[in-house]
Amino acid sequence: MTGKDNENYNKEYIEYVKSFDPPTQHFKNCFRAFIVGGLICCVGQFIRLFLENVFSLSGDELAGATSMLLIFLGCFLTGLGVYDRVGRNAGAGSIVPITGFANSVASPAMEFKTEGFIYGLAAKMFIVAGPIIVYGVLSGSLVGVIYWLLGL
Amino acid sequence: MRKGTIFFENKPRIIATGTIAGPKECVGVVGQYVDQALTDDTFGESTYEKAECKMLTYAVRRAIQNAKLVEEEMDLLISGDLLNQIISASFTARDFDIPFLGVYSACSTLSESFALSAVFVNSGYAKNVVAATGSHFSSAERQYRYPLELGNTRPPQSQWTVTGAGGTVISNAGSDIAITSATIGRVVDFGITDVNNMGAAMAPAACDTILAHLQATGKRAEDYDLILTGDLGALGSRLLKHLSEQKGVDLSPNHVDCGEIIYNVIEDEFQGGSGAGCSAVVFNSYIWNKLKKAEIKKVLFCATGALLSTVSSGQGESIPCIAHAVEIENVKT
Repeated sequence: MTGKDNENYNKEYIEYVKSFDPPTQHFKNCFRAFIVGGLICCVGQFIRLFLENVFSLSGDELAGATSMLLIFLGCFLTGLGVYDRVGRNAGAGSIVPITGFANSVASPAMEFKTEGFIYGLAAKMFIVAGPIIVYGVLSGSLVGVIYWLLGL
Repeated sequence: MRKGTIFFENKPRIIATGTIAGPKECVGVVGQYVDQALTDDTFGESTYEKAECKMLTYAVRRAIQNAKLVEEEMDLLISGDLLNQIISASFTARDFDIPFLGVYSACSTLSESFALSAVFVNSGYAKNVVAATGSHFSSAERQYRYPLELGNTRPPQSQWTVTGAGGTVISNAGSDIAITSATIGRVVDFGITDVNNMGAAMAPAACDTILAHLQATGKRAEDYDLILTGDLGALGSRLLKHLSEQKGVDLSPNHVDCGEIIYNVIEDEFQGGSGAGCSAVVFNSYIWNKLKKAEIKKVLFCATGALLSTVSSGQGESIPCIAHAVEIENVKT
């Protein structure tokens, strides 16, 4: 009578709820993401130029050192409780850059530390980032295979 | 029992309450009515789960104290919470020398506990019963959603789990405020699968129970000073009014939702508060105060609960919901 397979369960209700939903503000969200994401990239570029000119790094070393610094910043701001506040408004702008990846690893690590260092912190560390790594590697490999086939 | 509705002829009384709420909640309407307003949401504990348990313990102890009773006089503790295996309630019961019944009904735990307590007291099997529940934003967030520090955006339909706990002492005598009847709800599922839109999932359940109660008692919505729902939030409340209007009952003049009123919006609460602690804090502080002063005399308290788990929603199941209603009345003649 009240179950989901019966008369009460209806597509109409879901449609009806949608008509009440506060609309997602796509333009505003995109704008914020653009500004914040752009800022993070500018910081990255600044670090890159700084390392290039001051420490005369180049090539892979330069890229590696820049990423490391950005990852450190992401984790540091997560620890200070700043990154989630930025992310709440910036959305994809702070999730997509490497700092967002650092945040997604550091935040569960902090959260699950209460269950111990092995079964808590270490085991749950990749609870958010795990899928990104799995499908990132998978799609990377696929693209590689396509690339290789094209080059034959 | 008639279609889920029970009438309590001995009129079990609500004699005292005890409440505690987090810093964000106390900025809002309940701030001046709670027994203790926390400034630190960990309550001096090392984890949020421990904090939740400590809050619940405080609420139970304070309720018994406010009733001017001692632990030995309590016959039963009925409690539940949102965490897996209702750990907060069970761990709270560990600290008391009171027989314990653990209940789970998600955010409608308080009204379910009220109904059960009233049954025990009305039948004479128990003299003094304490019903309590609570929730904590940070522990619920971790169980149901994401780590706290993860920088993601909250959708505009979402609600904010209340940090707080409330306990209520129900007894056979000692005040004018009585539980006169209760309606045990049916599980209703309209097929909502969006876990961020609890209000929409729960509104049909609230509507079902309220209408069933009105039908069984032969009352109209206007007969109540207040029809209080638990945590439908702003969106869910609109849906409830709409749904009941379609069935020919107009709830809008006296309907209030605990979730909708609890927060002064400061951050991302969006549709308002949710969680077992939401109705526990609002009813036991703000509403209880008004009942005691006889500013309102007749309340239909109908808390709603979404009976999902992370496993069920992960497997694509829709969200079954429930609502239990208790009628609370000032019976002073």
